[in-house]
Amino acid sequence: MQLGPGLLTSIYDGIQRPLDVLAAESGDFISRGKIIPALDQKKKWEFIPVKKNGDQVSPGEIIAEVQETPLIKHKIMVPYNVSGELVDISEGQFTVNDKIAAVKNSKTTDIGLSSWWTVRIPRPVLRKLPPDQPLLTGQRVLDTFFPVAKGGSAAIPGPFGSGKTVTQQQLAKWADSEIIVYIGCGERGNEMCEVLTQFPKLIDPKSKRPLMERTILVANTSNMPVAAREASIYTGITMGEYYRDMGYGVALMADSTSRWAEALREISGRLEEMPGEEGYPAYLGRRLAEFYERGGRCIVISPEEREGSLSLVGAVSPPGGDFSEPVSQNTLRVTRVFWGLDANLANRRHFPAINWLTSYSLYMDDMADWYKSNVSKDWIDLRKEALEILQKESELQEIVQLVGYDALPEPEKGILDTARSIREDYLQQSAFDEVDTYTSIQKQHKMLSTILEFGRKEADVIKKGSTSAKVGALESRGMIPKMKWTKEEELEKLLNDINSKMKQEFDSLSKESSN
Amino acid sequence: MPNVSYKTLDKVAGPLIFVKGVDNAAYGEMVEIKLENGERRQGQVLDTSQGLAVVQVFGQTLGLNTTGTSTTFLGETATLSVSDEMLGRVFDGLGNPKDNGPKIVSKEKFDLVGSSINPYSREEPSEFIQTGMSNIDGMNTLVRGQKLPIFSASGLPHNQLASQIARQAQVVGTEENFSVVFAAIGITSEEANFFIKQFEESGSLERTALFLNLSSDPSMERILTPRLALTTAEFLAYEREQHVLVILTDMTNYCEALREISAAREEVPGRRGYPGYLYTDLASIYERAGKIKGRKGSVTQLPILTMPADDITHPIPDLTGYITEGQIVMNRELHRANIQPPVDVLTSLSRLMNQGIGEGRTREDHRQLADQLYAAYAQGKDARALAAIVGEGALSDLDRKFLIVANDFEKKFVHQGPNENRSIEQTLSLGWDLLAGLSETELTRIKPEFIAKYAKKTSTGGTNKSE
Repeated sequence: MQLGPGLLTSIYDGIQRPLDVLAAESGDFISRGKIIPALDQKKKWEFIPVKKNGDQVSPGEIIAEVQETPLIKHKIMVPYNVSGELVDISEGQFTVNDKIAAVKNSKTTDIGLSSWWTVRIPRPVLRKLPPDQPLLTGQRVLDTFFPVAKGGSAAIPGPFGSGKTVTQQQLAKWADSEIIVYIGCGERGNEMCEVLTQFPKLIDPKSKRPLMERTILVANTSNMPVAAREASIYTGITMGEYYRDMGYGVALMADSTSRWAEALREISGRLEEMPGEEGYPAYLGRRLAEFYERGGRCIVISPEEREGSLSLVGAVSPPGGDFSEPVSQNTLRVTRVFWGLDANLANRRHFPAINWLTSYSLYMDDMADWYKSNVSKDWIDLRKEALEILQKESELQEIVQLVGYDALPEPEKGILDTARSIREDYLQQSAFDEVDTYTSIQKQHKMLSTILEFGRKEADVIKKGSTSAKVGALESRGMIPKMKWTKEEELEKLLNDINSKMKQEFDSLSKESSN
Repeated sequence: MPNVSYKTLDKVAGPLIFVKGVDNAAYGEMVEIKLENGERRQGQVLDTSQGLAVVQVFGQTLGLNTTGTSTTFLGETATLSVSDEMLGRVFDGLGNPKDNGPKIVSKEKFDLVGSSINPYSREEPSEFIQTGMSNIDGMNTLVRGQKLPIFSASGLPHNQLASQIARQAQVVGTEENFSVVFAAIGITSEEANFFIKQFEESGSLERTALFLNLSSDPSMERILTPRLALTTAEFLAYEREQHVLVILTDMTNYCEALREISAAREEVPGRRGYPGYLYTDLASIYERAGKIKGRKGSVTQLPILTMPADDITHPIPDLTGYITEGQIVMNRELHRANIQPPVDVLTSLSRLMNQGIGEGRTREDHRQLADQLYAAYAQGKDARALAAIVGEGALSDLDRKFLIVANDFEKKFVHQGPNENRSIEQTLSLGWDLLAGLSETELTRIKPEFIAKYAKKTSTGGTNKSE
């Protein structure tokens, strides 16, 4: 496939045909057998060299830059196996097919504005780095409880209707990476359409520019050809790797890898291969592992040892919500973060419906230092405390099922109150609310510590003889849910209000109960 | 390779015939089969290789013999002549008139399989369709261009629900061309008559095209029936600017037919004997719903399927749920409790709801009110389960309040008469009525300003401020 300036803001199908051009040429329905170049062949790009004639260049070295979108500088690199003296470097306006420089060695190699790469072959790197920085997403349940590292891989399995796609879209919108590749693989047409209409309207929170200027979409809906669906994953990841090689942080979302695996199964079936588990080909596990292995934070091939990262988030749609099927199992074996979506949570409209008991993140230890120095020293402890309370809640719920809520002793009721507060006031996050849709890690820290502080104070007064019902009626309790609807600028004031109210009310409660 | 006849029938296997010596039959090409006694049948090429074509016969293969049968390859894929005249007519599962009327003659022939809509050309569905049913309008809103299946089971009144939606569906504030395409796939003649009668009574028969493949008709036709219906719908929507509602019932029969062919072709089966490409095949039907930028019409799909043994994880509902934009699930327990329609709101979902509701479409508080009702209903059902163990008397006050909300929700909100057409305002107002019993701190899903604006007083006789 062709890699060069113009990839960003494009919308491709599974075999890198730009869908907008396709629509202009063949109408609203996709007709068969159209071949359309992936990049605009006529558009001229302003080309600014950063090296000059006579410079010695080595593989991966950046020789020029093109301002691809106002957000992203596209870097033209020397191909992997080429080094020598730079000659003939030009300056000015060029199309993607023009030659812009050459490298002289024993023989001369031309360098164009674009290059070609085989999608199924991973682009090589110098070495991989340990995953010790989180990919912040602004989603409280993910950032706080189950963070994924930059360059890490995560799986979101879940039955239909549990919010996989919304979660993926939230990630695409808010994750703090420079380039987003979103692969809609075998998904609904209307859903892809939603992505296609929404993304151009979204404004990147950091640069205040349209999000689309740093996004590539690959859309292969479920009724488009199966073979293109199989290829779409590779098309997407190759473009991701290309930008990683320029030194960017890239986040790739694949929705959904199950559809890709089914395409594999269908092709395998047509080839009359001997099936493995559930009709999937025997090489399913290997293919999946190969795919996820293409992610990572790494030093890319370049003289100055540039750092780039490619984080992978794959949605899995297990049939019947049964995680024991081959695609889920093979994915879990190779990814280190598991965001288990839960139909029960979704049914009661707890979104994001990520089950806090079954999900896990194996990156937490690697990233502990980052949290300590960038968020707060007590972050790791707060997180642990909150998870313990939720764990305790699930045990208590079983008892409640047997004996009823009223039979619980007061301290346990207090724990249930705190757990409920964590669930409703913290974990639940509305993707559709202006303020709530994104929470910075600093705000998360403040929210969580306030909720837990309330819980501790509650436990304290209950010990002194008060009841959870009395605490529940406090005015400051009613103020806690407001935190998530409050803009970051106004948060400080609200927190002060809550804290002073909380202190005052709990003081009077503890006086009242000790009397 | 048009109009060449072969007398080289090699083998008949179930619904398939194998023709030898055919060199360049095209995949999907239509075939005419002439029996020894002069009778004609239709078929379609399923598989083609050097010197052999596998043809799927629409209709019986009974009576076909390997000596006297001649097959003619027609050189074209399945097409349908479409025209405006199709509304008000009844066709069989292959698109031939069934009502003694004339054949449809038209210059416009459309390919049955159709091409997929370019995702770039799609328009985001966002026009709220008011079905007059509280459980749909309020909780799982239907929008134009959506595909929203009804997951039902044998013995549940899904037909009543579908016909009520077809009768009452309207986009608020518009009087536009609206038509219905109805495809019966392997249903009994009684069910088909029910629908025809419903359409007749509501006077909408002249806006309806019916394709009937009944259970007594050959199962192979079922592969074509939904595609005929959708081709007609696409014609009406994109060429004639109509808003088309397509009802497909029962998709389970379609999948069974697909399985039958797959088994006859000796393919490697996927789950429960269904072919591995069931997902792709279903997608090629369901994905034909939608709207296109710059064209006025829309295709909205309402497929009905019966879940074998009420099992939602069965491959058919499962794969359908992964393709469609939500589902309306019918529940046997509610049916027994005499809640009509017995829609289980908790497991139902409309993925396009958010686009269709809110300020300017329905009302600003719609989303949060619906969320709150969900949460309260879920909590109330938990309380009900608890009450079954410990008795209602042992419930906490809070649980008891939620229990009341859940009971009222089923009896007053979900339950409604077959001819009761509730406006969206009535539905939302009903929702706030239910929440009146809860205090403000329990309404965690709703922004305080909406509570102030819309909430009803706890005391009886609270007025709806929004009116």
